[in-house]
Amino acid sequence: MPSFVIAEKCDGCKGGDKTACMYICPNDLMVLDTTAMKAYNQEPDQCWECFSCVKICPTQAIEVRGYSDFVPLGSSIVPLMSSEDVLWTCKFRNGLIKRFKFPIRTTPEGQANAYLNLKGKDLNSGLLSTEEADGFVLPRPKI
Amino acid sequence: MALPNKPLGETKAVRDPAVEEREVDILIVGGGMAACGTAFEIKKWAPDAKILLCDKAAMERSGAVAQGLSAINTYVGKNSPEDYVKMVRNDLMGLVREDLIFDLGCHVDDSVHLFEEWGLPIWKKAADGKTLDGKKGLALGSLKKGAEPVRTGKWQIMINGESYKRIVAEAAKLALGMENIIERCFIVELLLDANKPNQIAGAVGFSVRENKVYIIKCKTMMVACGGAVNIYMPRSVGEGKGRAWYPVWNAGSTYTMCMKVGAELSMMENRFTPARFKDGYGPVGAWFLLFKAKTLNGLGEDFASSDAAKAELQKYAPYGTAAVTPTCLRNHLMLNEMKAGRGPIMMDTVTALAVLGKTMNKQELKHLESEAWEDFLDMTCGQANLWCAQDCEPEKKNSEVMPTEPYLLGSHSGCCGMWVSGPDYDWVPAAYKWGDGGKVYNRMTTVVGLFTSGDGVGCSGHKFSSGSHAEGRQVAKEMAKFVRDHADFKPAIKQSSTELVDLIYKPVRTYLDNCNYTTAVDINPNYVKPSGMALRLMKATHEYGAGTATYYQTSSKSLEIVMDLLATMRVDCEKLGAGDLHELMRAWEIYHRIWTVEAHLRHIQFRKETRYPGFYYQADYPGQDDKNWFCFVNSKYDPAKNEWSVFKKDYIKIIP
Ligand SMILES: Cc1cc2nc3c(=O)[nH]c(=O)nc-3n(C[C@H](O)[C@H](O)[C@H](O)COP(=O)(O)OP(=O)(O)OC[C@H]3O[C@@H](n4cnc5c(N)ncnc54)[C@H](O)[C@@H]3O)c2cc1C
Ligand code: SF4
Ligand code: SF4
Repeated sequence: MPSFVIAEKCDGCKGGDKTACMYICPNDLMVLDTTAMKAYNQEPDQCWECFSCVKICPTQAIEVRGYSDFVPLGSSIVPLMSSEDVLWTCKFRNGLIKRFKFPIRTTPEGQANAYLNLKGKDLNSGLLSTEEADGFVLPRPKI
Repeated sequence: MALPNKPLGETKAVRDPAVEEREVDILIVGGGMAACGTAFEIKKWAPDAKILLCDKAAMERSGAVAQGLSAINTYVGKNSPEDYVKMVRNDLMGLVREDLIFDLGCHVDDSVHLFEEWGLPIWKKAADGKTLDGKKGLALGSLKKGAEPVRTGKWQIMINGESYKRIVAEAAKLALGMENIIERCFIVELLLDANKPNQIAGAVGFSVRENKVYIIKCKTMMVACGGAVNIYMPRSVGEGKGRAWYPVWNAGSTYTMCMKVGAELSMMENRFTPARFKDGYGPVGAWFLLFKAKTLNGLGEDFASSDAAKAELQKYAPYGTAAVTPTCLRNHLMLNEMKAGRGPIMMDTVTALAVLGKTMNKQELKHLESEAWEDFLDMTCGQANLWCAQDCEPEKKNSEVMPTEPYLLGSHSGCCGMWVSGPDYDWVPAAYKWGDGGKVYNRMTTVVGLFTSGDGVGCSGHKFSSGSHAEGRQVAKEMAKFVRDHADFKPAIKQSSTELVDLIYKPVRTYLDNCNYTTAVDINPNYVKPSGMALRLMKATHEYGAGTATYYQTSSKSLEIVMDLLATMRVDCEKLGAGDLHELMRAWEIYHRIWTVEAHLRHIQFRKETRYPGFYYQADYPGQDDKNWFCFVNSKYDPAKNEWSVFKKDYIKIIP
């Protein structure tokens, strides 16, 4: 199910040196044609349909069309990301529409606690840094 | 006509790339779950060390968790690490490293607690037994404080995991610092030390974004580049080739890079062939465990509960007769139906939802429907679209289930990988502990200073996302120890930088030297494009290496043939051609895949029994032979002599 870019909607991420879709695709598929300033999927048969590019595109220019070798035409699933949820619109071939909303995270983006000030004490023990700080006692197998 | 010939990609490759040389104490190769664990933990133990992480993609969405997950498959909680060992041992037909698994079971929950603290929504069970999603469930407190997760099985917990990888990578990047991370850097080869035999000294790779080769010296290194996919012909061969179950971007780099410097491999014969919803490859776990659905054969029979199935499983006692049937044997039963003409296999979603619906009100039913869809939308979006395209509402229409093509991995329901040291505890057998200079280094391969985790560790499956992260953290601490103990070690690389650039950019030069000889850029007698070589590998394994073409069956003769084919492929890889940087990455990926497959098939050839029916069958040696083969199979490639050896290693039982 390869991703495709809607020509009219893509603005080449305003000519920045790194487009969002290129930045994110785990398989290095999204590239920018610098003459047209439009992005495209350079190897559709290696697309995992992971939707990473779809979710990150600032202009919602990327969608996905089912793989031609087994997916009937006419359906679509479209995610809309917010900072807390993803809202999916799933359209069936017969026109039926289902919407689902799922939480994606419970903290503000960028604020994961990296424990920057935590220093491990005993390098020789089997404990991880947070386990050591919590006073975790390592289990021993009953043998 | 498209003359003159042009490379296809947007970032053209040039003959002479820039070279960037770096020297660090600790190198982390990969940016997936395991590497994110290492990145989070490392500075806590080595605050003054120079550290570098290289990922071929962007950590925010790299590796197997790129599109998210709907469950964390390993959370010990109120179970014991002993039970965890027993579960893994039974699923993998008895042959596992119990020291590694027990050790992992002690630490995995700490990572899950961090995920929740960082913002991963985890479902909770309320006092009235009702399920709350990860946001509403916050009101019940955290798992760490004792709140109840929603269990689908004994070990799995449900999450709203669309942004799982983004959250985990965020903490990793904050902890390590972006200045110590290079994204879009594909590592090609590891480098041994020029002076100390069998000791790691660095790695070489290239940028997929600019014409640049990275030569990195280090005192110690962890390689965690995931498992291998696209090594067998996928069931869909057109556009749908990309819809493999396993993410198409992990190319066996972990196994190939480590084995090429002489690291011992273990259980490479163990593969994973999951049964999934046909074509979309959506997960079936929640359907079995959460919705209690059954699979039916083409005659509408619940074949897995039949007397015939019970008798078949009896043949594989004690594993087959355990309360939970091992994954390979569940496939085996399914394949037996298909081969007998009683296919296709259908997941009876209609009955399952109807039964659940009997005890639920309208609102609860709606919630249940949404849970079923979330299972796909959070981790296999394409399956959701396939259901939409087929007008399939699971309460009205059943869906077909099918075993996929084989994959190699060490952290899911498979256990191939490197032979690594266990932890330095008195209860760990001496044969499972090693290191350097009289010290033991947990998870070190048989090459001094070279560590691995996640999919890279052999004989220790069922770690999944959480276990891979925790194991990466453990390795961070071991590498910190290694650096402390080897303060005087000055890594030195044998090859000159010119030699290394020549190696990495050879496909580019082959292309540039020959591309104008013909009028069609992909067809040229002087080079082979990676896309062509990829198909050649898949055709060979498909037909001879126990692929789907033969219902996963191979034979001694077939293995001989495929070994010859692989040897020729390795020679022809000298003529890989790449006109742009994307293609250069594809060239090195296919090279990594070929070596990994060779290791896989050498192990199958050596083990003269069929240990994992349902995953593969060695027709000349059907059935299990515990008398001769209740042992690990290890192999080693000797880089100095260019020779392979394959041999047995003792299995030692630790947990009764
Ligand atoms: C389809 C699928 C479903 C799963 N479902 C679940 C689930 O529901 N629950 C659960 O807990 N677990 C699940 N897992 C398991 C979990 O995803 C893995 O156990 C985990 O991701 C393994 O971590 P890793 O770091 O070893 O590999 P990965 O997370 O795959 O990371 C590999 C990393 O290596 C990088 N890389 C690869 N090659 C190179 C190279 N040559 N140079 C530099 N970098 C490279 C990649 O970009 C990536 O960053 C699932 C796995 C799959 C495949
Ligand atoms: S992210 Fe969207 S707008 Fe930006 S280049 Fe890609 S398709 Fe175009
Ligand atoms: S869907 Fe995923 S694999 Fe496909 S182009 Fe987008 S990011 Fe890449």
